[in-house]
Amino acid sequence: MKKTFTCVVCPIGCELHIEFDPEDISPEQIKVSGNSCPRGEKYAKSEIVNPERTLTSTVKLNSKILPVLPVKTDKPISKDKIFDAMHIINGLIVSAPVNAGNVICKDFINKGVNLVACRTVSE
Amino acid sequence: MEQRIKIAIIGGGPAGLAAALGAYESGIKAEDILIIERDSCLGGILNQCIHAGFGLHRFGEELTGPEYAERYIKKVREADIGFITDAMVLALNDNKDITYISPTTGIVHLKAEAVILAMGCRERTRGALNIPGTRPAGIYTAGTAQRFVNIEGYMPGKEVVILGSGDIGLIMARRMTLEGAKVKAVCELMPYSSGLARNIAQCLDDFQIPLMLSHTVVKIHGKERVTGVTIAEVDSSLKPIPDTYKYISCDTLMLSVGLIPENEVSKGADIEIDRVTNGAVVDNFRQTSKSGIFACGNVLHVHDLVDFVSMESELAGRSAAKYVTEGFSGENKSDTVPKGGVRYVVPQKYYGSSIDEKTEFFYRVGKNYRNVSLNVLADGTLILKKKLVRAAPGEMGNISLKGEALDKARKASNLVFTIEEGENV
Amino acid sequence: MIYDVVIIGAGVTGTLLARELTKYKLNICFIDKGPDAANAASRANSGIVHAGFDAKSGSLKAKLNVRGCKMMKRITEELCVGYRNIPSLVLCFSESDRAALNELYERGIKNGVPDLRIVERDELVKLEPNISDKAIAALYAPSAGIVSPYELCIAAGENAVQNGASYIFNYEVKSITENDGIYIVSDGNSNVSARYIVAACGIHCDDIAAMSGDLDFEIIPRKGEYMLFDKSCAGCVRNVLFPLPTKNGKGVLVAPTADGNLIIGPNANVSEKDDTETTACGLNEIYENAVKLVKTLPSLKNVITSFAGQRPTPSTGDFIIKFSAKYKKMLHIAGIESPGLASSPAVAEYAVQLLSQAGLILEPNIKFNPYRKKLIKIRELSDDEKQKYISKNPAYGKIICRCESITEGEIVDAIQRPMGATTIDGVKRRTRAGMGRCQGGFCMPRVTEILSRELKKDMSDIRKYGQDSILLYGKTK
Repeated sequence: MKKTFTCVVCPIGCELHIEFDPEDISPEQIKVSGNSCPRGEKYAKSEIVNPERTLTSTVKLNSKILPVLPVKTDKPISKDKIFDAMHIINGLIVSAPVNAGNVICKDFINKGVNLVACRTVSE
Repeated sequence: MEQRIKIAIIGGGPAGLAAALGAYESGIKAEDILIIERDSCLGGILNQCIHAGFGLHRFGEELTGPEYAERYIKKVREADIGFITDAMVLALNDNKDITYISPTTGIVHLKAEAVILAMGCRERTRGALNIPGTRPAGIYTAGTAQRFVNIEGYMPGKEVVILGSGDIGLIMARRMTLEGAKVKAVCELMPYSSGLARNIAQCLDDFQIPLMLSHTVVKIHGKERVTGVTIAEVDSSLKPIPDTYKYISCDTLMLSVGLIPENEVSKGADIEIDRVTNGAVVDNFRQTSKSGIFACGNVLHVHDLVDFVSMESELAGRSAAKYVTEGFSGENKSDTVPKGGVRYVVPQKYYGSSIDEKTEFFYRVGKNYRNVSLNVLADGTLILKKKLVRAAPGEMGNISLKGEALDKARKASNLVFTIEEGENV
Repeated sequence: MIYDVVIIGAGVTGTLLARELTKYKLNICFIDKGPDAANAASRANSGIVHAGFDAKSGSLKAKLNVRGCKMMKRITEELCVGYRNIPSLVLCFSESDRAALNELYERGIKNGVPDLRIVERDELVKLEPNISDKAIAALYAPSAGIVSPYELCIAAGENAVQNGASYIFNYEVKSITENDGIYIVSDGNSNVSARYIVAACGIHCDDIAAMSGDLDFEIIPRKGEYMLFDKSCAGCVRNVLFPLPTKNGKGVLVAPTADGNLIIGPNANVSEKDDTETTACGLNEIYENAVKLVKTLPSLKNVITSFAGQRPTPSTGDFIIKFSAKYKKMLHIAGIESPGLASSPAVAEYAVQLLSQAGLILEPNIKFNPYRKKLIKIRELSDDEKQKYISKNPAYGKIICRCESITEGEIVDAIQRPMGATTIDGVKRRTRAGMGRCQGGFCMPRVTEILSRELKKDMSDIRKYGQDSILLYGKTK
């Protein structure tokens, strides 16, 4: 089976051509071309096996300065869990002070993934 | 109040911050630099760009906008570089006299030895597009909507049509979808998107949002709040085709139809403006037509990637430092000439000498290309050929001259940048 | 409470009349179905103070236009409203049009328009360097001017309120009844009672007249579209340029605005009431017509906004200012189409005379203050004056609207003034915040925040203008 899609790993946006057997989607069996770096190949394979995305959003913040705090997953999470993740995010409340990089939620959606703060808010 | 400063930087967004650090790292004392920022905090538009994708070139990792900004803000604070927020520059003249206003200082007349313009850009609006119809609530530029969602924490709409496929529009399509809105379509007047291919993939395709190329909004409906838009396909001269009119009900029309460098202040100093970029004409030091006034970032030409804004602005900062400490030699400047498919090249002029080992040129092309080459000719002689698998109007390219090519360029009176198509590529 | 006079309609006629009536010891109330003054015709028109040569000699229009034009300078000074005495030029493009030009001149002389004369090409070029190469002569009316129509309307409302008038907005009149010589106005929920009623409600004058059983006139809504250009285009013309009038009106003009923009328009098309849609062909039409008047017109790229307004054209051909046949103390002021803005101060004066003749007792209000509460416009002050205000109140040093240099202090003032702003557009029309080249892209979220803070409302409850013009659908989190 053949597939073509745009690589989202970096702003270059290479057009990736993927050839694979739907019966056997082990990464070593998937052929990738069109990528200009190894990360593209890795991305292409994960798109076939288990598509993942980094999620960014905001959570409610108790602060004098900002009403919402920008957050992100520190690693990509399963693409099909994005809306489940949003559901959890919408229920979170953080209080200032908070530093960029602080973990807001451990083992978020996938084990080993953290939801972290992206901005420092002092009060 | 009267004030004096060595280097004044107008704007505390990514460009202004990097310019300040560029000057500081070139030996200018922290107290001799002043960043004038009109918002209440540093970081500029990055604060509302909460998506990831910044910093791959600059830091080798993918950061969100606030994280990218914070890296620079931290350095500026650690260095103790001067800055003032909530301060708006009202006037600048070619003598480098700045007038600014702020609640804490009142009116300040600031005499600077060098000025760096780093005011960024603003969004084009409905008025500039002349979309007919009513004038209800619910028409937002993508940036305004982004501020409401990401900074204020409010939803500006529930059912959205986006006109224009610039990156902010694409990013907002995803952002609104994640927050529970339904994005019904993204219409793009041109037959190609002006956004990055990866943003079409991860912001539209991931959420099955249709991208309608060669489509525009021909009418806005709704008395008080938007109730819908009429869209139409356009022909090759971009005119709506009558029997393709289609009504889409929605409560929000979001516009992502281009950015314009914010050069109102520059005009007061009578700086020469490039009619293609709408930014200043600069040399390779990023010095404008007025001695000691520099420009960098989106006020100079609209960038797609903040990484390049930072790089360009650091250069402008270093140049300003050189200007106030040793001055520039009076060598003749030569022109860069965009030709055959290349829409513009920045810098537009260059000195035979440079403070760097290499000189970087930024350019944009006028249409989509595949497997072409970008050729650089010094006085008619080819000095560099760069193969491009793809080139698109939405993607700013960069090419650097170094070594032998740079030597040749230095001796030339003009440098032509052109796209070559066909077999020889 | 029973008001002495209730005025239906807070357009420029209504608010100037309210102000005029506060010169006397009277209880005045003006009401409007919209959320603010200057909702309809007074919001969207050319802003021209016509000299008075257009209207048929002997008509009420002619009389009140010439008188109103004369009154405008003083009234705008008292109300702190931008007015500029800018001459009008009606252009003649061919010898065959001479007769029409002369006729206009003769009419103007008969109407009492001062300093009116015909200028030939040589002089015309000096007066207006950007004049079309094809213009051979023009009617020159130096007594004309330009004014911001919504600013005048709001200022008059404010000054009336300062002098004791009441106002009710978002109140749509559904019925008017009489009980023992007292009129009862109702919106279906609450009543307002008055001894005298004045109906000054633009395109809806005939709808209100129907409530009092007056069916002898009709108002035809004629839509006019406009395009407004960036301030950088202001130098395009020095005068207000018109083509020769036709039976459809004065035609598409090219003019500077009181705020330093360039305006072109309007066309004239009969439309549904309250239709303020702009159309592709309408905008095209006005641009094509405007181009004919000048040598060069800025390109469409410089347009910052386009809009449409409706003129209340009377079926009678003249302003209708008369009492109801059934309700003897209800005065109709209807059909105040162009030159309605120029005439408005004189219309107010005339209406007071009529009310007095009908028995309204006019006892001077010695406390009447003709001067509107001082308006601080930071951008127009010297640096020293700016400094003075900022040291007293730092909010005058915080720029919110970058394009027009409007400060937070001015926006807060606009909200706190008499008849203060309650909406985004209300702030915009009082301060110009959001009227610049970015059209509020940057300042709108900030103005929303300030309104929310000052009015103690959630941001979601702030409206662009009307009650259904929702801006935000609640918090994301």
